[in-house]
Amino acid sequence: MAENVLSAPPVQTEPEPTPERPNPWLRVARLFLRQREASIVVVAIALIIYFQFSNQAFLSTQNIRTLSQFVAATAIISAGEVMLLICGEIDLSVGQVYALAPFIMYFANQAGLPLLVGLILGLIVCALVGLFNGLITVMLKVPSFITTLGTLFLINGLTLTISQGFPVLTPSEGLINEILGHASYSEIIWAIAITVVMQIVLSWTRWGLHTVATGGNLLGASEVGVNVARIKIGNFMLCSVLGGFAGILEAFRITSIDPLAGGTDIMFMAVAGAVIGGTALTGGLGTIVGAFLGTLVLSILRDGFTLLGVSAFTFDIILGAAILVAMILNVRLRLWREAGRE
Amino acid sequence: MSESATTEVIRTEGLVKRFGAVTALNGVSLYLRQGEVLGLVGDNGAGKSTLIKILTGFLQPDEGRIFIDGREVRLRSVSHARSLGIETVYQDLALVNELSVYHNMFLKRETLLNPLPLLNNWRMRRLAREYLQSMGVNIPSVDTEVAQLSGGQRQSIAIARAVYSQARILLLDEPLAAMGAKEGSLIMNLIRTLKSESQVSIIMIAHNYAQVLEICDRVNLLQHGRIALDKPAGQTSVEELTELVMREYRAGANQRQQPLAGR
Ligand SMILES: Nc1ncnc2c1ncn2[C@@H]1O[C@H](COP(=O)(O)OP(=O)(O)OP(=O)(O)O)[C@@H](O)[C@H]1O
Ligand SMILES: [Mg+2]
Repeated sequence: MAENVLSAPPVQTEPEPTPERPNPWLRVARLFLRQREASIVVVAIALIIYFQFSNQAFLSTQNIRTLSQFVAATAIISAGEVMLLICGEIDLSVGQVYALAPFIMYFANQAGLPLLVGLILGLIVCALVGLFNGLITVMLKVPSFITTLGTLFLINGLTLTISQGFPVLTPSEGLINEILGHASYSEIIWAIAITVVMQIVLSWTRWGLHTVATGGNLLGASEVGVNVARIKIGNFMLCSVLGGFAGILEAFRITSIDPLAGGTDIMFMAVAGAVIGGTALTGGLGTIVGAFLGTLVLSILRDGFTLLGVSAFTFDIILGAAILVAMILNVRLRLWREAGRE
Repeated sequence: MSESATTEVIRTEGLVKRFGAVTALNGVSLYLRQGEVLGLVGDNGAGKSTLIKILTGFLQPDEGRIFIDGREVRLRSVSHARSLGIETVYQDLALVNELSVYHNMFLKRETLLNPLPLLNNWRMRRLAREYLQSMGVNIPSVDTEVAQLSGGQRQSIAIARAVYSQARILLLDEPLAAMGAKEGSLIMNLIRTLKSESQVSIIMIAHNYAQVLEICDRVNLLQHGRIALDKPAGQTSVEELTELVMREYRAGANQRQQPLAGR
């Protein structure tokens, strides 16, 4: 059904010539469709309408809250992955960092440190994991796919060791817990804030410009004087820190810390969201807002099908198909847009 | 140009650069005078690009010395060379397809909305537009992604970017390569404009000897990592240069130790 929405030519050109003033609505529509995120917004709206018609509970307060929880953590990780994908790398270990960070916070707190200090310690450890990923990838020239596959197992083992494989209760300090994920919509507010900030970083700062340049033309960017090693390592650190932060928010929300939380599941969801949102796996292209919307679409699909009582197995089939369709549409739309510019 | 013809902006002595078993430069000594256009010619793999990359601080030589304005320097990085007024247009142009023309022009020298750490896109866009117009570079818009420009337009953008930051020394690696007659003459005109209007000194690599002789004041021939010929453009000819290269080629064919490097 998403197919029908998009495969119809988005701008209907009337057969009778309208020489001077084209319909202003058409102009707005055309402008909108030139935006990279346009297609994904259309898909999201179509899905919302479909699920709402299928089950009135879809847009209930209760379900919107559930949906926002589905989206939040994944969208935060997705923002980090987009930065990495744009500069031509990927982080497969972010789901394990997601599980590690709250444990660091927990043990720091157990050792008598304030919760907030524990949180910062957790994020510092995440940054170090990112630094490790970045150094191995950039200095030793190991593809990040392999580097982070290694850290994926390494961190997972580490988390299981320090936790001895058991979940623990998230420490509580009242207001801090509420702000950092426990209050109903606090997690999604964090996700939206991070999306906005990261989108500004990507399109309005030197760091973002150099990230695109690094992924678009690695040799060229370094010839011009961009420190591509620094850009890549920095984005590895950023991605890990965002992953750890998402894990901490989630720990506050569900009030327990699970050594098996996150994992490859949430990582692949984040990457899939980024890709559906228009980020190229080849580097140089992508937006944070797109990734947020991509994650939103995935979450709507998961949540909607759960409401309809579709089994998890079926959901995976649909998810796989949705990713393929989204990718094909993305490529087609890009070609169409480029043709339209001439 | 003539009154300052004695000032040397660049001098190198015995530059050596090895890549593993390949000796790309084997004792290159050359000089560039103030306001001069020096043509650097030589076969594929002769070491021309390597020489340029050393002069722009991208590569470090294994041996040899570099003097800028008579003072010995060790060019640590591209930014360091840039701070001395050296700008380069690389053979691969070093443009980022995914970025707009004006972002490419200002890459690594972005203007910010001080005191905010945000890009001043309006200013960069305006400056790029004005500057490209003044140089006679014809592009649809500075917002265009570089991917959508023609080869000549891309080359012009790369040159404009190098000149824009008040470069005193401009290094051009094959600015005329893979360019049709019309686009080639566009670039030739651009170089002529630079030559007549400004104080910039240029080293230009090219394979077309006729074009080199037409636009350059002096020609250096690089062979097997050394300068094999250094003459004013008026005192050499396409025939002489061709003959020198062919003689080397025949000699090399007898006892070939180094395979011809592709690009
Ligand atoms: N980064 C590198 N690593 C290994 N070898 C290199 C590297 N750069 C250049 N070389 C080698 O050094 C030699 C000189 O290369 P260079 O690119 O300077 O030649 P060139 O004169 O610019 O040739 P062309 O006319 O084809 O551009 C070649 O044999 C090349 O293979
Ligand atoms: Mg070359």
